Amino acid sequence: MPKRKNDSQGEEPARAAVSGQRGVTNMTAAGISRRSLVLGATTGAAALASAGWPGTAGAADKLVVGVIYVGTRGDFGWNQSHATAVEALKTVPGVSVVEEENVPETLAVANTMKSMIELDGAKLIFGTSFGYFNPFMVDIARQYPDVQLRHPTTLWSADKHPANLGGYFAYMDQAHYVNGVAAGLSSKTGKIGYVAAKPISLVLRTINSFMLGVRKGNPGATVKLIFTGDWSLPVREAEAANALASAGCDVVACHVDSPKVIVETLERRGVKSCGHNTSQAALAPKGFITGAETKYETIYKGFAELLARGEPLPNVAIGGYDKDMVTSTPFGAGASEEARRAATEAIAALRAGQPMFAGPIRDNKGNVIVAPGSALGNYAPELETANYLVEGIEGSVT
Amino acid sequence: MTDAGLFAVLVAMVAGAIRVSTPFLFVSLGECLTEKSGRVNLGLEGTLVLGAMVAFAVSYHSGNPWLGVAAAAAAGFALGALHGAICRLPRVNDVAIGIAMMSFGTGLAVFLGKPYIQPTAPRLPSLPLGDWLGIPSLALALDVSPLFLLGIALAFLLDWAFRNTRAGLVVRVTGDDAAAARALGIAVDRVRLVATALGGASAGIGGAFLSLFYPGSWNEGLSSGQGLMAVALVIFARWQPRRCLAASLLFGAAGALGPALQSIGITAGYYFFNAAPYILTLLVMAGTGSASRAARHAPGELSITR
Repeated sequence: MPKRKNDSQGEEPARAAVSGQRGVTNMTAAGISRRSLVLGATTGAAALASAGWPGTAGAADKLVVGVIYVGTRGDFGWNQSHATAVEALKTVPGVSVVEEENVPETLAVANTMKSMIELDGAKLIFGTSFGYFNPFMVDIARQYPDVQLRHPTTLWSADKHPANLGGYFAYMDQAHYVNGVAAGLSSKTGKIGYVAAKPISLVLRTINSFMLGVRKGNPGATVKLIFTGDWSLPVREAEAANALASAGCDVVACHVDSPKVIVETLERRGVKSCGHNTSQAALAPKGFITGAETKYETIYKGFAELLARGEPLPNVAIGGYDKDMVTSTPFGAGASEEARRAATEAIAALRAGQPMFAGPIRDNKGNVIVAPGSALGNYAPELETANYLVEGIEGSVT
Repeated sequence: MTDAGLFAVLVAMVAGAIRVSTPFLFVSLGECLTEKSGRVNLGLEGTLVLGAMVAFAVSYHSGNPWLGVAAAAAAGFALGALHGAICRLPRVNDVAIGIAMMSFGTGLAVFLGKPYIQPTAPRLPSLPLGDWLGIPSLALALDVSPLFLLGIALAFLLDWAFRNTRAGLVVRVTGDDAAAARALGIAVDRVRLVATALGGASAGIGGAFLSLFYPGSWNEGLSSGQGLMAVALVIFARWQPRRCLAASLLFGAAGALGPALQSIGITAGYYFFNAAPYILTLLVMAGTGSASRAARHAPGELSITR
């Protein structure tokens, strides 16, 4: 059940006051805030109430950044990867952060955004869940043209969406490629497993990159793939991890919202594991190899600094290792010496822009994806629409 | 499918039946008891989630998972008693209260459970019943939780009690005809209160299984609707505890089908296989259902049949 921390209007000033405690005055931000209150008062009755709240004055001296999560911040997964970055954002002088957890992808998120803008004076909002974008963030962006909104996908396009909206995206497939390199060289049987949520191109892409990484160091290895069907199904994820362990896989990686249950189950079965989204190293002291982590603090801190200087934010900010937007969890006890060395080399190569999709690459039905001698760049648009699984993966998209 | 593959899938389904069925079993037995007394408690999904959270928290703080199970049962008892107490008031609908209790239980668990997502709590021990077979995959499948055995015992105990004890008769009379029960001097509301509270306690134990045995950690999406499915299982089982056991095992086995088939290389159509429990329910209901026979098993006082 969703728990809104700030349901009633009575709590709002209190939250604003708490968030506005740090005392660095920023004249630019103050100017913007006052303008927004005047503007807000002319837009509707709801704004009239906001202009009358006494508690918002403290927040007006700072740049207020709103962050909205679909789940709890400490979920060992997607939400935690954002929350960790927000902790780093909070250390930027002149920035105060308002957060709300467990906001469903419904009208509730529009109300949360409105309350962050009207009552807390937020100038920059990160809505961190996929379903927030359309129509909620698009509508709010149109309604409040002087507030910047950013969404962690590549959904934004200049001809369809408002200019104060945009996207930022960490290319996790690069980190999964490194997972694959380490996994392939840490496996003794050459049988590797992968638990994935949904067969959408975003996920298929990370699986394909993982497979390419596996074959880089261990050309004969195969990857057994299990789709659970949704982002968070703890019981079925545990079943999938057990099924892969029973099928003889000695390393299993995953792409689900929170890999906690998978990593714990694998550790109990004596199977090595790779993480996803945030560090799961503590959950598997014996079998953890490495993990694919986002590094959103690069974006969050960068955006806050740009705004504080009064400079415009980019609408699209994407990157992988090259832009310091993804990172690998420090190696665990499950990683072999060879795996550590090869994975470290792979990170350096990706940082230098070396392509993962270098031909010849076929899909697991025999069709040519990349011809011999050619390559797809790591940000090639062709990869955005992946609907295939590369050779070596025992699995099916449908 | 090769013979080895077929064997692997069968073992996986047996293992799945044993691992996944226990929460279904405890919730459906609890609901069976409640419905036999003439009330519907749809709130057991909330009870399951709160039970899971309380069990995890108590196990984490005390270091003793069995204390966690006891605390989960107590929390479930309290939620059930609350449902029973509210339903005693005039003009209160038990289905509506049940939905409210579902939100209340889940919300309370999410609110109180926030600090327990990160830590790891001591888990319940398991009983290795299959080691003597010498087949590793079967041994693993038969590495059962004592709670599973307790659930089986509870199913047979309830079944026996409904048939052979005075208490069982009192519950059944209350559920079938409140007026007749009152004529016999039975305090109808009190019987229903106790039946709902005990049903809640059983669902709470089901929650403890989720957080302390399988999958064995606490998070907000832990139940993903299993409590609601278990309530539906009671109708599927025609209000008979032993059939609740069979239905729970069937659901557990069907739930293991999707991952097991993908792990041996049958990968196409996994959405279909993942839907197996629901398709199975439809088929069994359509196959065994009958306009005249279905109502015969249902307690007469149940608001869904009246």
